[in-house]
Amino acid sequence: MKTSITPNCPLPFSNHSNVLLAHGGGGRLMNELIEKLFLPAFRNRLLDQRHDGAVIEVGGQRLAFTTDSYVVQPLFFPGGDIGTLAINGTVNDLAMCGARPKWMSAGFIIEEGLAMETLARVVRSMEQAAAVAGVHLVTGDTKVVDKGKGDGLFINTAGLGVLEHNVVIAPSRVVAGDVVLLSGDVGRHGMAIMSVREGLQFESVIESDCAPLVGPVMALLDAGVEVHCLRDLTRGGLASALNEIAGVARVQVDIDESAVPVRDDVRGACEILGLDPLYVANEGRLVAFISPRDLPLALDVLHAHPLGEGATFIGTVGAGTPGLVTVKNGLGVARVLDLLSGEQLPRIC
Amino acid sequence: MKFLDEYRDAALTRQLAAKLAQRVTRPWTLMEVCGGQTHAIVKFGLDTLLPPGLELVHGPGCPVCVTPIELIDKALEIAARPEVIFCSFGDMLRVPGSKMDLLSVKARGGDVRIVYSPIDAVKLAQDKPSREVVFFAVGFETTAPANAIAVAQARQFGLKNFSLLVSHVLVPPAMEAILASPDNRVQGFLAAGHVCAIMGYTEYEPLVRKHRVPIVVTGFEPLDILQGLLMCVDLLESGRAEVENQYTRAVRREGNRPALELVREVFRVVPRKWRGIGEIPQSGLGLSEAYAEFDAEMRFGVAGVGAEESGECISGLILQGVRKPHECPAFGARCTPDHPLGATMVSSEGACAAYHRYRRVQAATH
Repeated sequence: MKTSITPNCPLPFSNHSNVLLAHGGGGRLMNELIEKLFLPAFRNRLLDQRHDGAVIEVGGQRLAFTTDSYVVQPLFFPGGDIGTLAINGTVNDLAMCGARPKWMSAGFIIEEGLAMETLARVVRSMEQAAAVAGVHLVTGDTKVVDKGKGDGLFINTAGLGVLEHNVVIAPSRVVAGDVVLLSGDVGRHGMAIMSVREGLQFESVIESDCAPLVGPVMALLDAGVEVHCLRDLTRGGLASALNEIAGVARVQVDIDESAVPVRDDVRGACEILGLDPLYVANEGRLVAFISPRDLPLALDVLHAHPLGEGATFIGTVGAGTPGLVTVKNGLGVARVLDLLSGEQLPRIC
Repeated sequence: MKFLDEYRDAALTRQLAAKLAQRVTRPWTLMEVCGGQTHAIVKFGLDTLLPPGLELVHGPGCPVCVTPIELIDKALEIAARPEVIFCSFGDMLRVPGSKMDLLSVKARGGDVRIVYSPIDAVKLAQDKPSREVVFFAVGFETTAPANAIAVAQARQFGLKNFSLLVSHVLVPPAMEAILASPDNRVQGFLAAGHVCAIMGYTEYEPLVRKHRVPIVVTGFEPLDILQGLLMCVDLLESGRAEVENQYTRAVRREGNRPALELVREVFRVVPRKWRGIGEIPQSGLGLSEAYAEFDAEMRFGVAGVGAEESGECISGLILQGVRKPHECPAFGARCTPDHPLGATMVSSEGACAAYHRYRRVQAATH
């Protein structure tokens, strides 16, 4: 019998015949998509680093390059909107490469019928956020799709930044012995979005932590802290960021739950919905993997910056089991901090 | 956080664990009935603080886990219809039916939505009079009153486009089934505190008399669970089979009377199939005759849908406390939260998912 191999038909890389929301949720399914479809198709040395952006060298100058798309609903939420996210998200991805963000592009995909005032508000937010982060929007694109074919407004931004320090910051540089710092409290962005999206009322308004992290990153590098890896905490929260880095660096990461700051209102909202704040999204927080020698210096530097004043030392890197992340609770018992399949789902009771 | 941190105090937890170690003089096997308790035990690592010989087995009290596969298939069939908005609590969406789950129906164009309360589904039915709004009424006695209110409201508002797909289950018949099983190893129970907040605990008194097992109504925080265990061990060590209430801040013996009255008006007790266990007589709730018009199974003609479970999944034995999750050959290999064979791997309250999420490494090395 003849066996036919159709080159256009790749081996089934997924048990799912359709794309699920979870494939974009920052969890295991998204990793599966990246590892089994995107990486094999586009494989190269830079992509294989699996960092927030790629660092390329042009005429002796190292540049960081990244892109991100923003599809948040609602477009406006306490503490920010899709415009501030579109600037800060890309700025933060560049900062995580150790770069100073300089130039950005913006692509707008607008649904027919969107209120002009809404678009103008978003653009004004982008203008302000770009000024705060010190970036210039130097190119762009506008598309309008039929009513019902978009969700009001999608934005894609790409960014270029300049590496001013002679350092390599990447997950592969994380080694056993490194210490892990967190720049502040977690879970605010996700709960701010959820409280608006689901119409949940809490005693206080939870505001997103959306902010450009270039300031604290530059402060760390300027002070000479030996930074091995940086990661901003977005979808999937702290837990997913730690899992991704532990996986790429082939190390074990052990953190202490009581060292992770979570505001009381965020913790309360998470309790009510049965969510774990360690998996909830942030837009203005980072983890830094640094040499243990520089721990006191790094904490001092972060504490002196408004976006790092709540920074804490949350854990250590060990050789242990590659890819494993554990968290020790207040009772001193350690458990696995796993990568979720997709987004967290609220529980029944 | 007020009313929460007090019940997670590390020093008090250790004190209670030490007391428990002093009180235990021989091996005992206890079952925590509720999936919420299982989740807390594994998350906080309470089982690692227990004295040797005191074994916890995880009970059938995860409503997501025990919802039978044919009911999931019915939900999938209804949710795929173009006129339907299918509303469910979040963690039902990933439970596999015989071919797919609700998230996959959504990806193929079905209008499947997560709601936080059945009342939200009633509001949706008011707002979308041209659509059929179906709420997946899953849960133990705890969620029955809210679902009863939803149906009563729908009638009051004259809504013709709202219905419930009911999969309510009752705890005491399941405990009876476990105790009556020839494989039973359970010598005492931590009863589910939130179920008892609605139902009270008079139903457990005949069970205790018949099977001579102590039952302690217990809460969900670390201190609640350890105190419940201590009370249960104390009863066992002193040879007393009684019902005691640890969760006094939420539970009274007679339960919540107004809630019970409403539940009895809207629902009636019916036989119910439990996933992995089989049919247990008088173990579920269905809509009463007076509210039968709100029954989604009848409205959409899916009453006849049947399905078979995966032959490899041992969730039934796990739900009865006969086996532990990591004793299953498929655990962590062919059965993971991404590709669950059975519902105990899906729900965050399911014993297999809790072990997979918090315990994989320890389970593998022990």
